[in-house]
Amino acid sequence: MVARYVMSVDQGTTSTRCILFDHGGRLVSVTQREHRQRYPKPGWVEHDATEIWRNLEHMAPEALSRAGVDASQVVALGIANQRETTVLWDRHTGNPVGRAVVWQDTRTDELVEEFAGQPGAELVLERSGLPLATYFSAPRLRWLLDHTPGLYERAERGDVLFGTMESWLVWNLTGGVDGGVHVTDVTNASRTLLMNIETLRWDKDLLEFFGIPAAMLPEIRSNAELYGTATKAVPGVRISAALGDQQAALFGQTCFAQGEAKCTYGTGSFLLLNTGTVPVRSSHGLLTTVGYRIGDEPAVYALEGSIAVTGSLVQWFRDSLGLITTAPEIETLARTVEDNGGCYIVPAFSGLFAPHWRADARGIIVGLTSYITKGHLARAVLEATGWQTREVVDAMNADSGLELSTLKVDGGMTADNLLMQFIADVLPAPVVRPMVAETVSLGAAYAAGLAVGYWPDLEGLRRNWHRAAQWLPSMDAERRESEYANWKRAVERTFGWVRPNHTA
Amino acid sequence: MPGSVQSIERAAAILRLLARGSGRLGVGEISTSLGLAKGTTHGILKTLQDVGFVEQDKASGKYQLGATLLHLGTSYLDVNELRSRAINWADALASRSGEAVRIGTPLDGKVLVVHHVFRPDDSLQTLDTGTLLPVHATALGKVLLAYDSGVAAELAGATLEQYTRRTLVTPAALRKAVAEVRETGWAGEAEEFAAGQASIAAPIRGYGGYVVGAISIAGSVDRLYPSAGRVDQSLVTFVQNASRAISRDLGAGRW
Ligand SMILES: Nc1ncnc2c1ncn2[C@@H]1O[C@H](COP(=O)(O)OP(=O)(O)O)[C@@H](O)[C@H]1O
Repeated sequence: MVARYVMSVDQGTTSTRCILFDHGGRLVSVTQREHRQRYPKPGWVEHDATEIWRNLEHMAPEALSRAGVDASQVVALGIANQRETTVLWDRHTGNPVGRAVVWQDTRTDELVEEFAGQPGAELVLERSGLPLATYFSAPRLRWLLDHTPGLYERAERGDVLFGTMESWLVWNLTGGVDGGVHVTDVTNASRTLLMNIETLRWDKDLLEFFGIPAAMLPEIRSNAELYGTATKAVPGVRISAALGDQQAALFGQTCFAQGEAKCTYGTGSFLLLNTGTVPVRSSHGLLTTVGYRIGDEPAVYALEGSIAVTGSLVQWFRDSLGLITTAPEIETLARTVEDNGGCYIVPAFSGLFAPHWRADARGIIVGLTSYITKGHLARAVLEATGWQTREVVDAMNADSGLELSTLKVDGGMTADNLLMQFIADVLPAPVVRPMVAETVSLGAAYAAGLAVGYWPDLEGLRRNWHRAAQWLPSMDAERRESEYANWKRAVERTFGWVRPNHTA
Repeated sequence: MPGSVQSIERAAAILRLLARGSGRLGVGEISTSLGLAKGTTHGILKTLQDVGFVEQDKASGKYQLGATLLHLGTSYLDVNELRSRAINWADALASRSGEAVRIGTPLDGKVLVVHHVFRPDDSLQTLDTGTLLPVHATALGKVLLAYDSGVAAELAGATLEQYTRRTLVTPAALRKAVAEVRETGWAGEAEEFAAGQASIAAPIRGYGGYVVGAISIAGSVDRLYPSAGRVDQSLVTFVQNASRAISRDLGAGRW
């Protein structure tokens, strides 16, 4: 019998990965390409959507040939993507309108403040489950409509389409200008501020509030169902799943039961807790979001704690300070010292996300003395990720009334043993890494495979999950509490640094 | 300059000359430039060639800097970097083989475990990243012995501790085992470190083909050496495939 595989595309913030998985959920081949990060102005972050599509067009066939697999052996393709990144393109030429505005971009600072002061602003949290913040797509979309002459009219006529990365890729894979399918999924749509979290449809009042023409929006579909068949890159392959990357990781970690949680440690870090089929509203700065929806089954919801800067702090340490040449060397450098030497780094590069949501915060390094070496700074960089996790877990416990018993982790930073031990120490709770660290890709593959019957059900997927590593808490409680107190004092010092509309 | 070794000074001068020159140089040109006797120059070049610091072009007989020298400063691979780059393949190996996976690098005549993946049966296991294993009694160690001359040098003269009655404790026995590793490209060990346990390892090569570490699976001897002490060949293939995939990602080229 010919072996069959599922292909998964992880369209991430810094790169796009294409991975083939076999029936055991095991990785068979991987291809990866980075794309350019563009910072045209302070606070602006852009990607070239065409570059990303071209990368996928090259990589998908390469992933097949590396494994010696023919496209006919691929039963389905699933996509996981960086969420909230906003792409606009011309339906007739297939060309993007300007660059994609990335989730880290804060150009909508003032616009968001304006919206917050308008009547009806309370509708946003009520209907979408999300606070009004620069992080989400709607303000970005509105900003683009405002700043591109003639765009609003073209959008109203349906000549210009809006999508997050999965929409853009599905549209291109299924033919682009020749019959491309314009869809999104419930998880990505739940991050726009435009979808009603209860009905899972575009909300007319929210569209009106933000001034977004409905004609440019994709159709909202479930995470696992047939969207169409590829005519480009991997012709003939069925495209049957799309999920926002964090929801894909939740799915890949098989957090199918209420109360199960995972945290993905990449550029930013995202802790999601499965809350079952009813959306839970947070009173501690967490987001209510769709976890996943399989076909026409009821949607499963999640509480999310988003941390903007974790791996990207390591990148900054590498690229902007030049103290290391590769990200993993941060662990080597951190191990040259015993502790942080009293130094703390709060990476509020573009404000703080969960649980603080302070756009006026900016990053600081505190506790500097002549004793501090680059080794201490490296520790402080890694510890920042640990403490930010702790803050989010505290908020989760408060909102859900449960105590997190274990944290399932994944993402590039889980290769860092020192960091994983520190997280276990500060929570304190066991930290567990599954056998497939690429859970984002795996989740997209699982959803795609489920939709076409390659895997029968969720229980079957659960059996594929195995523990690859586990870190147990070992820090003494007193030290943990005093360090946490120091961290909190450091965080307070970041607040209010940016003064709105302040002219010096 | 008291204490300086003349032949090393001369070797350094030859290397500088080769580095400065645009292309290859013959023995005659080198001896003239440095004012050395041709025989002396030839002797030094021969030694430099043996250690890989210079290469001789077959057709012209002329000399140039060798690849080993060019990579001297860059062949160092941070162990945490190695773990990051290998993690996916190590996971895949554990799930394919059903055994625990370790990646080891040499450290002071021992094997330093830089990465550990649990056996995928969800039983209670403890991470042993950071621990040191003996070179002569593990498959990881035998691979490092076979391909890393530094490890072999550090072990020379050391007493080989006996862990089980199968541990190789004589230099001759170890030499034979290591020669076999070089021939087959993998190392195995059945109950040489712990009773009932076995391991299989293969080399991880970095940029330019240098062995930077080894990857192994370890588990019950009944599973790794199932029939009359004979190794399960399919497990060997899994280990070798993983080691090749990692080596390819590290830029090892044709390995
Ligand atoms: N060993 C490590 N220690 C700390 N940080 C690391 C390590 N390896 C990678 N990273 C960080 O992890 C991030 C990459 O993880 P990845 O999961 O690929 O992220 P993304 O999908 O967001 O691009 C980078 O920001 C990098 O700085």
